[in-house]
Amino acid sequence: MSETRSGAQIMCEALIREGVEVMFGYPGGAIMPFYHALPEYPELRHVLVRHEQAAGHAAEGYARASGKVGVCVATSGPGATNLVTAIADAMMDSVPMVAITGQVAAQFIGKDAFQETDVTGITQPITKHNYLVTNIEDIAYVLKEAFHIARTGRPGPVLVDIAKNAMVARTTPRWPDKVNLAGYKPNYEGNRRQIREAIRLIGEAKKPLILAGRGIQLAGAFAELRELAERTGIPVITTLLGIGAFPENHPLALGMPGMHGWVHNNRAIQECDLLLNLGSRFDDRVTGKTSTFAPHAKIVHVDIDPSEIGKNIRVDVPIVGDVQNVLRAILEELPARDAAEWVRHIHAIRDQHLQRQQYTRPDTDMFMPHDVFAAFTRILNERGAYRVCTDVGQHQMWAAQLIDWLRPHTHITSGGLGTMGFALPAAMGAQIAQPNETVWAVAGDGGIQMNIQELATIRQEGLPIKIAIINNGYLGMVRQWQELFHERRYSATPMWSPDFVKVAEAYGIPGICVTHQSQVEDAFNTAYATDGPVLLEFQVEREVNVYPMVAPGASISEMITESPMAVV
Amino acid sequence: MKHTLVALMEDHPGVLNRVSSLFRRRGFNIESMSVGHTETPGISRMTIVVDSSDTSVEQVTKQLYRLIEVLKVSDVTADPNVARELVMIKVHAPSSRRAELSSLADVFEAKIVDVAHDSLMLELSANPDKVENFIELVRPFGIREMVRTGRVAMVRGSNSHAAEAYVKTA
Repeated sequence: MSETRSGAQIMCEALIREGVEVMFGYPGGAIMPFYHALPEYPELRHVLVRHEQAAGHAAEGYARASGKVGVCVATSGPGATNLVTAIADAMMDSVPMVAITGQVAAQFIGKDAFQETDVTGITQPITKHNYLVTNIEDIAYVLKEAFHIARTGRPGPVLVDIAKNAMVARTTPRWPDKVNLAGYKPNYEGNRRQIREAIRLIGEAKKPLILAGRGIQLAGAFAELRELAERTGIPVITTLLGIGAFPENHPLALGMPGMHGWVHNNRAIQECDLLLNLGSRFDDRVTGKTSTFAPHAKIVHVDIDPSEIGKNIRVDVPIVGDVQNVLRAILEELPARDAAEWVRHIHAIRDQHLQRQQYTRPDTDMFMPHDVFAAFTRILNERGAYRVCTDVGQHQMWAAQLIDWLRPHTHITSGGLGTMGFALPAAMGAQIAQPNETVWAVAGDGGIQMNIQELATIRQEGLPIKIAIINNGYLGMVRQWQELFHERRYSATPMWSPDFVKVAEAYGIPGICVTHQSQVEDAFNTAYATDGPVLLEFQVEREVNVYPMVAPGASISEMITESPMAVV
Repeated sequence: MKHTLVALMEDHPGVLNRVSSLFRRRGFNIESMSVGHTETPGISRMTIVVDSSDTSVEQVTKQLYRLIEVLKVSDVTADPNVARELVMIKVHAPSSRRAELSSLADVFEAKIVDVAHDSLMLELSANPDKVENFIELVRPFGIREMVRTGRVAMVRGSNSHAAEAYVKTA
């Protein structure tokens, strides 16, 4: 035990002690001692990305698909600043992540040294916590604390910036067996009195509604949510990040609310007399104009983060705790009831708007993005065992709306931050987390080009990711807003793209370009028949909008319900 | 209404920055903030004054708790407490007006801490209302320079916000 180690070796051993099996990173000057030690620890897989942002998103994809802490590594200065977007993304979506950055040696800090950046300063508002370590004696403890903070309570990203001098120094490591954080004690158990009040309200409500968010996924409270819905007959709305928390083929499943949610869901929210928010943070894309949100409802909000309660929406019954524990406590005493009449009412609204909401093929030759998603959802259901990482924009909303999401953690997307370029690197992490499943990266022509360099990483690592590009030659969602709210002035949204098939081929990845709906099914089947990665490009109709829609800043009572075929 | 919050936090480099950055990022309007050591090494104490008419005191408290190094936040507004603020004022004081200034200082129990050719430096430590009052009365003399510390507060009686309770046991 008295054997000395370098700081870099201590970093590696600390990662192993935390159960890390893979990290995504990019070497450089200040982090080189760590990379020098890394080959001594073959149990630590390192994936060399082509841009540090991708390392961050890949760590997120890994975390989102596995529930474990994702790890990314970068050098100081530009390496660290390139991680920033992914860290902010992880913060917004409560993704457990540890980002390790090299820092210039302690004696150079503050001297504007080569590749020096104040990365702890930069990432302060976008991390759950961060550290600057300049002394080798602190490395083991700080890393332990960092992983603890990242994975407990409301998960989030923690950045550990380690100065080069601490990595090259040597010491006899002392491994802490526990963390000691006087100011960090997440509350996992809900308050009994509030829980009883929630039970009382559930018993009395005529029009109760469940809003299930990412908290359900993070807490793994799937069985509890299902039991709550089935015992009470209360229908379940799932937010974008709650997708998969409740199977969409369940009779009580209603799908997504909000800006691109279904009409019947927003209507149900506006009509309900009890809204049970289980682990969602009342994002503005869910609430629309907050002053008009759920005007008749008593609101019960279960969240592990007390600061979310009352932040955006008034709450009648606040319950701070782990949503699984809270639901278990509720279920212990909750009598059965039913809400069949209320559900029938919501279904009637759904049926009334079905025609407008759900895509039916027109008698034209137009190649609609909906054709792609209709075939995609069929094939996903046939083949099973999938993860779908989506990017940001129109395709993201179509994927959320049109795929039948049945299982937890199968839908991986950048929700809160809305980061274009997320899907491809996130798919790398998801594939490594779930090697036996088919991992899809779905992106638009804009987003795919924000991290397209990762095709090289995919090829080098032999990751069998299937890529689908929904190419409409525009930054589609921005174009849609321009069409609807900015006098059709298509400013900086028409977009030329390279031949994606040739690009893929240049990276040694087979590609297929699909230009007609008749080819869609075959393309998907070929993708499945191909070992290794494949890129599919769908050149769809250019000016198609995502509906229904709530205009930004408007009340969710005011939905634009144009048929998706309005362009005809 | 003005609320006085007392926050205990670990005395780490950067913790003050975390707090001020949090206020900026959330758009919280802070009237004053003062920080210093406590009776317990390693723990700092911050007194924060927030106007609840434009900033949610509950959100300030909850957001502060999200900072890992923040140990305890209490709103002491409703508790009987002693609040103090220190002000130093350099005031225009030709010999003809010194007697007047000096008696004003006496009334407020302010100290004259420096005397120069045509100015005096006054120091007053008092509750914030009294400080405000004093400044207004001194202003007509001609304030050349002024510095205030911001409010510090302590609850009366034996109930305490002692930092000792948060000492690491490891």
